[in-house]
Amino acid sequence: MQTKNAVLEDLQGIVGKENLREATPEDAIDGVEPSLVVEPGSVEEISAVMKLARGEGLAVSLRGGGTKTYLGAPPRSLDLILSTARMDGIIEHVPGDQIVRTQSGVRLAALQEKLAEANQMLGIDPPEEGATIGGVVAANSSGPRRYRYGTVRDLIIGITVVLADGTVAKAGGKVVKNVAGYDLSKLFTGSLGTLGVIADANFRLHPRPESARTVAVEVETPQAARDAAQAIVHSQVEATAVELHWSDEAKLISVLLESIPGGIEAKEERASFLLEEFGEVRTLGDGEVENLEPLSTVSADEVEIKIGAPPTELATVLDSVLDAAKRRDLTARMTGHAGTGVTYAVLSGEEGALAEVVDEVREIRTRNGGSAVVRRAPTSFKKRVDVWGPAGDYLGLTRRVKEKFDPGYTMNPGRFIGGI
Amino acid sequence: MDRGQLIETMQGILGPQGVIHEHEELRTYECDGLMNYRVIPDLVVLPETAEQVQRIVQTCYDEGIPFVARGSGTGLSGGALPVESGVLIVLSRMRRILEVDVENQRIVVEPGVINVWVSQEVADEGYYYAPDPASQIVSSIGGNLAENSGGVHCLKYGFTTNHVMGAEVVLPDGSVVHIGGGKSPDAPGYELLGAFVGSEGTLGIATKITLRLVRKPEAVRTLLAAFKDTEEAGGAVSGIIGAGIVPAAIEMMDALTIEAVERQVSPGFPDAGAILIVELDGPEAEVASQFDHVIEVCQMNEASEIRVAEDDEERALFWKGRKAAFGAMGSISNDYYVQDGVVPRTELGTVLKKISDLSNDYGLRVANVFHAGDGNLHPLVLYDNDAPGEAEKAEKLAGDIVFTCLEHGGSLTGEHGIGEDKKKYMPKMFTTDDMNVMQLLRCAFDPHQICNPGKIFPTPRLCGERPGPFHMHPVQKAGLAENF
Ligand SMILES: Cc1cc2nc3c(=O)[nH]c(=O)nc-3n(C[C@H](O)[C@H](O)[C@H](O)COP(=O)(O)OP(=O)(O)OC[C@H]3O[C@@H](n4cnc5c(N)ncnc54)[C@H](O)[C@@H]3O)c2cc1C
Repeated sequence: MQTKNAVLEDLQGIVGKENLREATPEDAIDGVEPSLVVEPGSVEEISAVMKLARGEGLAVSLRGGGTKTYLGAPPRSLDLILSTARMDGIIEHVPGDQIVRTQSGVRLAALQEKLAEANQMLGIDPPEEGATIGGVVAANSSGPRRYRYGTVRDLIIGITVVLADGTVAKAGGKVVKNVAGYDLSKLFTGSLGTLGVIADANFRLHPRPESARTVAVEVETPQAARDAAQAIVHSQVEATAVELHWSDEAKLISVLLESIPGGIEAKEERASFLLEEFGEVRTLGDGEVENLEPLSTVSADEVEIKIGAPPTELATVLDSVLDAAKRRDLTARMTGHAGTGVTYAVLSGEEGALAEVVDEVREIRTRNGGSAVVRRAPTSFKKRVDVWGPAGDYLGLTRRVKEKFDPGYTMNPGRFIGGI
Repeated sequence: MDRGQLIETMQGILGPQGVIHEHEELRTYECDGLMNYRVIPDLVVLPETAEQVQRIVQTCYDEGIPFVARGSGTGLSGGALPVESGVLIVLSRMRRILEVDVENQRIVVEPGVINVWVSQEVADEGYYYAPDPASQIVSSIGGNLAENSGGVHCLKYGFTTNHVMGAEVVLPDGSVVHIGGGKSPDAPGYELLGAFVGSEGTLGIATKITLRLVRKPEAVRTLLAAFKDTEEAGGAVSGIIGAGIVPAAIEMMDALTIEAVERQVSPGFPDAGAILIVELDGPEAEVASQFDHVIEVCQMNEASEIRVAEDDEERALFWKGRKAAFGAMGSISNDYYVQDGVVPRTELGTVLKKISDLSNDYGLRVANVFHAGDGNLHPLVLYDNDAPGEAEKAEKLAGDIVFTCLEHGGSLTGEHGIGEDKKKYMPKMFTTDDMNVMQLLRCAFDPHQICNPGKIFPTPRLCGERPGPFHMHPVQKAGLAENF
């Protein structure tokens, strides 16, 4: 192993002086401070950086927009942050083929803006502002539209990755239909920087809807929330999103409807009719819709859990969290993608009590199916509670996959499920 | 273990009815839907339960015997081609529908369940299973999963991979894992299910599969439009997609295909250079307005005739013609080879022209029928096996067609898979590094390379473990250590 100065020089040789800097306390992940932050500008540079890092036994974490560094367990070790900020080119957008190829450092918002010029969009809408494509893929970020368009795994059609040893490989392609070779694009989706660096990714696009409305029903009980969501899901309305909002101020199921101008009214009418049974229904104004996103504001001492459960379990999910929180005098607000069974809960209060709530919710999910993963939490909390929760019988296989792709545990060590 | 002992062991697991070992009977299984590759397996086993599959695989692993899974054997790339001195595990006796959960829009089935049974099972509740390969009345869900099969309605609804939500898998070392959330979204960990679907039977055997059910649409409208040639039909396709419409399906057939289909099933298609079948579905008002738009686009592209299906019966007739296309080739040619390639939709015109040039150069007819919406071509190369040298010529022409697809930014296969047939072409699409990295996944799932070995990749990669028959380390055998 070389001295830090020698490594620094080697890295400078690869990316240039201006693209390497000493880390600052702001670069720390869960209190673990790296020494250096490097910004390679090409696939070749990423490859050279990784090869060097691996050879030197450095632990590397990847950073896109830095909007989701909170995900995962605290790092086991951390030396180098590889930022994709300079990998910010859109490689190819072919409107007629409804595909785009982009480097991983491109911001999702910038990409959407570009696609909008051709009346197209990528059907992924996570709430984080400033997220990059690489980060969205690595974290498998999703938003309300997943109900209609699916998640990253459903829209990604090709990928270029750089492994820890510097190997550059691609899979998939730029056509929407393709079964040649293994689908590594999907494997890297949600891999949280533990398998390799995502250098670029290709996606299938959708036409931008011409008109949109959000219809919402005010509900009083978890059961009514569940039933309202189910009424839309089992109807023929073809909603774009079916969302839950649950706080002291508002308890709503909102339904995003998209169509052509000639079709939107009928959809709105039909959805409103279906929801009437469960409470007061109204069409929301634009400002109101934006206000319904409590999770973009989670404060440093709060704990956010993501619960995955069968959609019909929505009432149980709500009840279990609310009840567990109430018994311990904790406050809870929830939101979620009610149509697909994803619920987020944000809790605040005493740490020990919060940990008990996580345990309790997990125990119920283990029995009834699904998972409960801690997303945002103070580092002290993450050290106390396994953020991932119990993994299924696939943990051994998961570990074997990791060890084939990154045998030296160079990539983001310690942060993934099972200590991977 | 010699062959006799293996037969005995398998009979112990399955009973005598579950093991086929007589040469003549084994021949039934020597090929899949692609008949130019044939290998007689050492043994065929017919498990009825997941537990039996596990025990079979465990035996194979312990003894270092390669095995291949087989569903209905309709694959078109030799994926279920047996390996010599190997066991063929036929899943067609595992045909139970295990659980129907319409409320959560899920169904759990065994791998041998036939595709169309799924839709039939939930039809009364207003649901169906969206991926609909033309082989849906015979092909199995396990085979569909392994090939990531497509169908005419995948343009709007996605392919098999978008509809498989969970699977119980017997890994090549005999262990059993449950991957994908099933009824729950976003299972934590790697997206192993996404990697498994479409892996062509090389990563393990699916013994239980959770599928997504889709609500039947409020309205369905279908039209058939006739054009002078494929170029004008292609113009209409671009026009429809360009208008921001996502049809449930857009299929194209050229003159030769129409001729063959007419002879075989007489759907009464118009005499034309090309036909498009366009289907829209969704909420009534939306469909009605967009359907008018589609008609306009067809007219603008000089459609000589537009027929709108008046009822379900007429719609079924349109689709019958389309789905019969491959089989119908038998009526105009002794032999034919089904090619499967993909091009970016905007390259369709250019590529079709090149295919026609190639067809002239080789002096062999090529019929085109394809999923126009996603650029998935199925050129059918017609030839006569009895004419000396024609089969080789046909194979070469088919190869050139798929290389043309690659030159235009496409893929070697859109739905039939690489299997045995196209592995030699893989280096044209992927670098050695690409393939080596893909095979890391293979090594994680199947370190001894006994699960459908020799498929997909031209050169198997060693996984850093001893290949072929091996002896297990006692620690490993006792379950005290994972694979090294
Ligand atoms: C007339 C005709 C039309 C066709 N139309 C289409 C079409 O429109 N779209 C399309 O995509 N394909 C089509 N095909 C191809 C074929 O039907 C599909 O690939 C189908 O999915 C294969 O299913 P099968 O049950 O016959 O599988 P098989 O041919 O038996 O096996 C296919 C592969 O799956 C593996 N496999 C089987 N079961 C399992 C399991 N349980 N676990 C793991 N691996 C398994 C096998 O090892 C093999 O590699 C068509 C074929 C024919 C003959």
